[in-house]
Amino acid sequence: MKYVLLICGDESAAEHADDGCGGWSEKMAERGVLRGGAGLRPPSDATTLRVREGEVLLSDGPFAETKEQLGGFCLIECADLDEAIEIAAAHPAAAYGTIEIRPLLDL
Amino acid sequence: MTPLVEAAVDRAFREEWGQVVATLIRWTGDWDLAEECAQDAFALALRTWRRDGVPRRPGAWLTTAARNRAVDLLRREATGAAKLREVAGVLRTGDDAFGDDEPDVPDDRLRLIFTCCHPALALEARVALTLRTLAGLGTAEIARAFLVGEQAMAKRLARAKQKIRHAGIPYRVPPAHLLPERLPAVLAVLYLLFNEGYSATAGADLVRHDLADEAIRLARVLVRLMPDEPEAAGLLALMLLHHARRAARLDEAGDLVVLEDQDRGRWDTAQIAEGVSLLDGTLRRGRPGPYQVQAAIAACHATAARPEDTDWAQIAVLYERLARLVPSPVVELNRAVAVGMAYGPAAGLALVDALRETGALAGYHLLPAARADLLRRLGRTAEAADAYREAAGLATTEAERRYLARRLAALG
Repeated sequence: MKYVLLICGDESAAEHADDGCGGWSEKMAERGVLRGGAGLRPPSDATTLRVREGEVLLSDGPFAETKEQLGGFCLIECADLDEAIEIAAAHPAAAYGTIEIRPLLDL
Repeated sequence: MTPLVEAAVDRAFREEWGQVVATLIRWTGDWDLAEECAQDAFALALRTWRRDGVPRRPGAWLTTAARNRAVDLLRREATGAAKLREVAGVLRTGDDAFGDDEPDVPDDRLRLIFTCCHPALALEARVALTLRTLAGLGTAEIARAFLVGEQAMAKRLARAKQKIRHAGIPYRVPPAHLLPERLPAVLAVLYLLFNEGYSATAGADLVRHDLADEAIRLARVLVRLMPDEPEAAGLLALMLLHHARRAARLDEAGDLVVLEDQDRGRWDTAQIAEGVSLLDGTLRRGRPGPYQVQAAIAACHATAARPEDTDWAQIAVLYERLARLVPSPVVELNRAVAVGMAYGPAAGLALVDALRETGALAGYHLLPAARADLLRRLGRTAEAADAYREAAGLATTEAERRYLARRLAALG
C-alpha cells in the first residue's frame, strides 16, 4: 500500500522548520519504505490558484486559512495501515504537530 | 418447519455466525461477500437440515456451505478470478462436502474482533461493525439499539468497511508489541456495548438489554481466545457482576433503585459466583488493570448479603488503586463516597469538598448528590437540601431527577 503522510502543525510548528527529521528519512529510506517527500516553506509563501472560465485567478496564501497548516509530506510504501502508523509515529513532527495518513488511489 | 431444526439453526446462528463470517473474510478479503455467503449458508441450513438432519458439527457444515457459495459467486464475475483460485485452493485442501473433519480455526474471530475495533475507525463505527459482522445483528436492529435511522446505520457500516479496504487496515491479530495499545480498544467497545444495554431503562428498550447479553457473549469468546489476557477476563467478570444485579435495579415504575435499597434476593447468585471465581483466577496472575480492579469493587458489593455487610474500607482501597491506574475525578468521587461509608461522613465530605474545589466535576450531578448524602448523615439538613436541589438541576434523566426529589422529600 502507498500512503502520503501529511505533516501539519500550527504556527508554533514553524520553529521546527529547519529541524530536519532527526535521522528519520535516512532510517526509512534504508528500510525501503520511503518513496519521496519534502518539507515546505510556510503558508505565507504560498500562492493559491484556480482557473474559472479560462481565467487564471491567483490569491496570496494557502487555500484554507486554518490553524493547522501543511508543513511537509512524505510518500511511503508499506504493508498496511499498522505499518504506516508505526512509520508516522516515529517521525519527529508527530511529537509536536499532527500527521494525516492518506492512502493513495489505486490506479 | 420442524421446531427442533429451527432451534438448531437459531443456536448455530448465535454461536457460529461470527466464525463463518470471519473465515470467509480471511479467504475472500471481501466483507460484503462474506456476509452474503454466510446468510445464504444459514438459509441453506434451514432447508437441508430439515431433510438430512442436523450435522454433527454445524459450524463446519455452515463454513463449507458459505465457502461453496463464495466459489459460485466469484465464478460468475470475471474480476473474481484471482480470488477464486485462492478460495478454490482452500476448498481442495479441505475436506468432504460436509466439512465435518475441518479443524477449527479459532483465531479468525479474533482477527475479526481486532479489525472491527481498530482505533483508526470511529468508536461508533467499531461498535456497529462488531455487532453486525461478529454478532450477526441486523442493520435495523443495530439502528434501533443506537436510536438512529436504519439508512444512517447502513451508511455507517458501509463507510467503515470501505475504510478497512481502502486504508489497508490489516485483517489480523496485532503482534505482541501492539497488543497493549490495541486490546484496550477492543475491551472498550465491548464495555460500551454492555453499558448501552445495561443503562437502558424499563421495558421500552428491550433491544438494548440484548446488547448487554451480546457484550457478555462476545467477552466470553474473547476470554476463550485470549486466556492469557487478565484484563479480558477482568472485563467479563465486571460485566457478569453488574449484570447479576439487573433484575433489582429498577422498580415497577421503572425508577432506579440504588444499591443499598435493592432486593438482594433478586440478584443472580449463579452469575455472581461465576464472576467472582473468574476474577479470583485472574487476580492471581498478578497483572492488575482497570477492569480487574472495577470487577473487584463490583464483587465487594455483590457478595455482601446486606448493605451493612459491605466492606467499604476495601472498596476505598480499590478506588485508590483504580485512581492510580486511570486518574479521573469520577473515580476520586467514588473513593470519597467509599471513605465516607468506611470512616464516617466527615472524612468523606472532606474529600468531596476538596474535589469540588478543583472544579473538575463542575456540572456533574453526582458530585452534589454525594455531597448531599454526606451532609444529611452529618445532620446538616439545610445544606443537604440545597445540594439535593443542585443535583436535581444537573441530572440528565427523568429517573434520576425523581430519585433526587425523593431524597430531598425524605429530609423532612
